[in-house]
Amino acid sequence: MTTLSEADSKARLAPFGVPFPTEHLVETADAAVATAAALGGPVALKLCGDNIAHKTERGLVRLDVAEVDVRDAAAALLAAARPEDASTGVLVAPMVRGTRELIAGANLDPQFGMTVMIGIGGILAEALGDVAIRLAPITRRDALDMLDDLSSQAMLGPFRGEPAVDREAVAGVLLALSEAATDGDDVVSIDLNPLVIAQGRPVAVDALVEVR
Amino acid sequence: MGASMHADERFRALFEPRGVLVAGASTHPGKFGFVSLHNILASGFTGRVVATNLDGASVLGVDTVRSVEEIPSGEIDLVVVCTPRAANLDLLRACAGRGIRAAFLTTAGYGESGDEGRAAESELVALCDELGILLAGPNGQGVVSTPVGLCAQIVAPYPPAGSIGVASQSGNFVSSFLNWSVATGIGISRAVSAGNAAATTVADYLGYFADDPATAVSLAYVEGIADGRDFYERVREVARAQPLVLVKGGATSGGARAASSHTGALATDDRVFDGMCRQAGITRAATVEEAFEAAATFATQPMPRGPRTVVVTTAGGWGVVTADAISAHPELELVALPDDLRDTIDTMLPPRWSRNNPVDLAGGETRDTIPDVLDAIARHRDVDAIVYLGLGIQSNQAAMMANGPFYPDHGLERIVAYHRRQDERFARAASEISDATGKPILTATELAVADPSNPGPATVRATGRLCYPSANRAVTALWHLARVARTRRERAR
Repeated sequence: MTTLSEADSKARLAPFGVPFPTEHLVETADAAVATAAALGGPVALKLCGDNIAHKTERGLVRLDVAEVDVRDAAAALLAAARPEDASTGVLVAPMVRGTRELIAGANLDPQFGMTVMIGIGGILAEALGDVAIRLAPITRRDALDMLDDLSSQAMLGPFRGEPAVDREAVAGVLLALSEAATDGDDVVSIDLNPLVIAQGRPVAVDALVEVR
Repeated sequence: MGASMHADERFRALFEPRGVLVAGASTHPGKFGFVSLHNILASGFTGRVVATNLDGASVLGVDTVRSVEEIPSGEIDLVVVCTPRAANLDLLRACAGRGIRAAFLTTAGYGESGDEGRAAESELVALCDELGILLAGPNGQGVVSTPVGLCAQIVAPYPPAGSIGVASQSGNFVSSFLNWSVATGIGISRAVSAGNAAATTVADYLGYFADDPATAVSLAYVEGIADGRDFYERVREVARAQPLVLVKGGATSGGARAASSHTGALATDDRVFDGMCRQAGITRAATVEEAFEAAATFATQPMPRGPRTVVVTTAGGWGVVTADAISAHPELELVALPDDLRDTIDTMLPPRWSRNNPVDLAGGETRDTIPDVLDAIARHRDVDAIVYLGLGIQSNQAAMMANGPFYPDHGLERIVAYHRRQDERFARAASEISDATGKPILTATELAVADPSNPGPATVRATGRLCYPSANRAVTALWHLARVARTRRERAR
């Protein structure tokens, strides 16, 4: 089994309609500064490479980087690359802001085959274990039912000045996952963690696809 | 097993046999070979009953024969096998020779007991396949089919006739469901214990129930499932044809370990299983009583056309907790009482009634108006279902009077008869109004279990409906109906 890089994972999922922030792969700190300036506002920076899986644990993700700090942050990431990472550069993306996070994914169950999952994300995700699962392929109705099945419905309503979660848009992400996971027979799992809710709309800021 | 004509014929041999052979009938009343013959005879099976016994002894008045070759050909469709494992291959060959198309094996010592047992089970499956015999079990408790009065089981009870079909991976769960059937009067069409399910699985039986004119609702217990995807695709078809209520053992890791040692099947992630049930439109129940009551409700109440539920109660507290229970279920709505309905009820009750939902009749002298109030509520276009509380309290007092030291003097005889008549009338009204309006009316009182002879719950039972032992259990059952009704509406769009 192989885990695709974040960039390859996103490239694989985007054609099915999984919403990602626009990202730019740059090879130098100078290019990162220029890209951040063009985007305007704070950015997220990540080291990108074919063999990097645990970016957060290794400190290879810098969030909410102000324009004046981009050069140092990008340089630090490039310097942190190890030979085995097969690093290809730094991903520069506009900072996606949202107070809520969901997790979404697909997983090959040994008995039921491919499944699609949605859950409440964030630091309490594991403790809550509030997830809903269906067998792929799913219908739009199944996707909406999955959201209904979550216990933490208050998390999906209007929240801290943000509008309610756009259920149709999240259903759209689940349908996209269902299609991506069943297109061909090599997908073992897909993780969108987190699926940030920004102004009610879901945006996947990270993606990992595992294939066999 | 596919849905071919062949398979249907063999299922008919199992559930509607013209005659039954008990192989290995015993004169010892503690042996399966005695008990199964006893239960077949005691339940009034409409077909012919024959039996084999090594000594050709008479068992329970049945003249047994020593070998299968001596039974009439073409009159017996089902063999109930109570012989030891070593005898069974020859036995089944002989049975096929006499035209038998289905075999229920109670015999243990197959797949559940080690490598040797598994090998014997494979041989058994291969032989039945070759002979064209439907193999039920082995290591199962038996089969029940009320349309033909068949109780070919090694355990009690024989349930009343009805429209619920039971298939279970655990034989004792069949007994549990059948005991609930006996207790409530809500009847069974077919019931079968899959045993080791060597060739015929719970999904196979459910597939038969889906097309069975005698079965309106399926009720199943499963533990492990060998091929989840295949199970999903098949039960989804069943749930499209009729309500399917399911209990699964092994939902927790502790239960899963117990289940895998019980039937040798792999445990599944419960959240995947739960999602599969929702997707397939299956009603998953957490407990055996919840499952039976859901199935009984599907079998005896009309489907609600929407979520809007009204509580009718003779006392405030009951209404409050029932309102809580309804509000806890997102598929149900404690509907605000429509103005015109409030005006109508105003003309029927004294001013102290609650004037909202729950409709609290405030007890006492208003009781006589219960049928009229139920009727007005059920007929209202903005009401989809009713939960009715308080039935039987007068008869409960009547019982205390009738059993007390003053009866029948002091006017007690007359008031006791009056109370009992009233509760009968209310119970009958709930059923008739439900029939007339096509809306579910669920009656709940703990008197259903505290005193089933109380004319209130006893009359509910006589109308063929379930008297729920608590309002919460009625609400849970109604919620299951509302959920399935919603799924059907959405799919029909």
